[in-house]
Amino acid sequence: MTAYLEVDHATIEFKTRKGIYRAVQNVSIEVEQGEFVSIIGHSGCGKSTVLNLIAGLVPASSGGALLGGREISGPSPERAVVFQNHSLLPWLTCYGNVYLAVEKVFSGRQTKAQMRERTDEALALVGLTHARDKRPNEISGGMKQRVGIARALAMEPKVLLMDEPFGALDALTRANLQDSLMEIQARLKSTVVMVTHDVDEAVLLSDRIVMMSNGPAATVGQILSVDLPRPRNRLQLAEDARYTHHRAEVLRFLHSGHGAGAIAA
Amino acid sequence: MAANLMLVKGVAAPMEPKPVAKSVVATPPPEPHARTPWTDAVRAILSAVLPRVLGIFALLALWYFAAQNSAYLPGPDKTFHSAVEVFADPFYQRGPNDQGVGWNLLASLERVAKGFGLAALIGIPLGFALGRFASLSKAASPIISLLRPVSPLAWLPIGLAIFQAANPAAIFCIFICSVWPMIINTALGVASVPQDYLNVARVLQLSEWKVFTRILLPASIPYVLTGAKLALGIAWLAIVASEMLTGGVGIGFWLWDEWNNLNMEHILIAIVVIGVVGLLMEQGMTAIANRFDYRQR
Repeated sequence: MTAYLEVDHATIEFKTRKGIYRAVQNVSIEVEQGEFVSIIGHSGCGKSTVLNLIAGLVPASSGGALLGGREISGPSPERAVVFQNHSLLPWLTCYGNVYLAVEKVFSGRQTKAQMRERTDEALALVGLTHARDKRPNEISGGMKQRVGIARALAMEPKVLLMDEPFGALDALTRANLQDSLMEIQARLKSTVVMVTHDVDEAVLLSDRIVMMSNGPAATVGQILSVDLPRPRNRLQLAEDARYTHHRAEVLRFLHSGHGAGAIAA
Repeated sequence: MAANLMLVKGVAAPMEPKPVAKSVVATPPPEPHARTPWTDAVRAILSAVLPRVLGIFALLALWYFAAQNSAYLPGPDKTFHSAVEVFADPFYQRGPNDQGVGWNLLASLERVAKGFGLAALIGIPLGFALGRFASLSKAASPIISLLRPVSPLAWLPIGLAIFQAANPAAIFCIFICSVWPMIINTALGVASVPQDYLNVARVLQLSEWKVFTRILLPASIPYVLTGAKLALGIAWLAIVASEMLTGGVGIGFWLWDEWNNLNMEHILIAIVVIGVVGLLMEQGMTAIANRFDYRQR
């Protein structure tokens, strides 16, 4: 009955100057180990809030989240986050940024040489060995996001949380990174929860798509299982009837009463 | 190429009449020689140096004509000759109130170093605390807002009363006036560390010490050094004034003493020395700030 990762009837409220703002209400999501789940919805629907709940950055007002049967009470390296704006420390090199995370998770358990090797492996995994000693301001936006992913993966997290990881990138770079992510996820069998507002991205990458209604008091409107074989190829999928069908389903949700109606409200 | 050549000539000799330039165009110089690294370097130096030299020249000219029409103001020539004498023996000692300009300058620098160093020692950690803990910042902000606009010299009597001596009172003055920018800028730097970086720290569950050394410190160093630069500038302004009041030895005292001697040349020399030293300190601080600013690397 209990899933690997579980958000259980979570309601999250924020205190604002105008009183209490209920961002999300009664959200329940179950994620199996190794599953790739996307949360999609219009801007401001509280999908990032749900992700932050799983990350432990935001507490639930009622309900909560569980990972492996244990309640999530705060942030932890076992739930690594890839932030929307990469959040690399500008005074550290790519290597330094990844190593900071590796050091935190593995110091005591591994030797320095092992940790260095692990850092280099993570950078190699995202194809950035050549930019190892560059600082974030010397590399492109797509490369920064790759470093962010390398940093998260190097921690060997139980769950990889991604908050609109490719939102700020141009279309070509985004496609490129999506392909890399699919490859890496297939290899590492990571459990991933990703927030996105991009329908194609959600359908392409996910095993399931959680569609959220609009806020305030947003909640899960519908959950769609994406029934497409892996490995997936974006060019072939573009003409695949199932792909088009899934895409249409998500779009229909976003532009139907659940999504668009709530905008008007 | 020809146009570039014209530009060089134009800068070097602004009065050159146009027809001459046209004749340059008419007989084009051999292309490979027209623009060598050497001519480029000359151009770069000219465009960088020439306006500055002209500016200083204009100031000297203004000074010269002002001196021509004044009974008291010595001209640049007289001041220069006097300066040659002063700097021929900057470290003489003839009693406590008659020492070379070198000693006076060193005495002032020592006071600034002590007052400024003390202010950094106290102001920067205090700024970190205020930036990190909002309640502390709220408690301190009315005090800082009230005391910061007070002129440094207003603290001199307090310093004299506390220390019963002129020298520590002057250092106290420097300390008080330079501590505010350090506190304020450090606190601002710490408070404006982007939340994203702190979220990274939270997800990684970095220890408070790691948060400090890996995130707060590098992120706020540019602010801290801006504070230090402002503080040093204020300290240098204040020391001259406070030495005029406290006497003894120091560049400010020297300036005031020469006023009592009615030695206008020396007063002008003192002004130039104060200006040059202040400029060097600011350049030095800027260099240090750039060296440690992660955005500049």
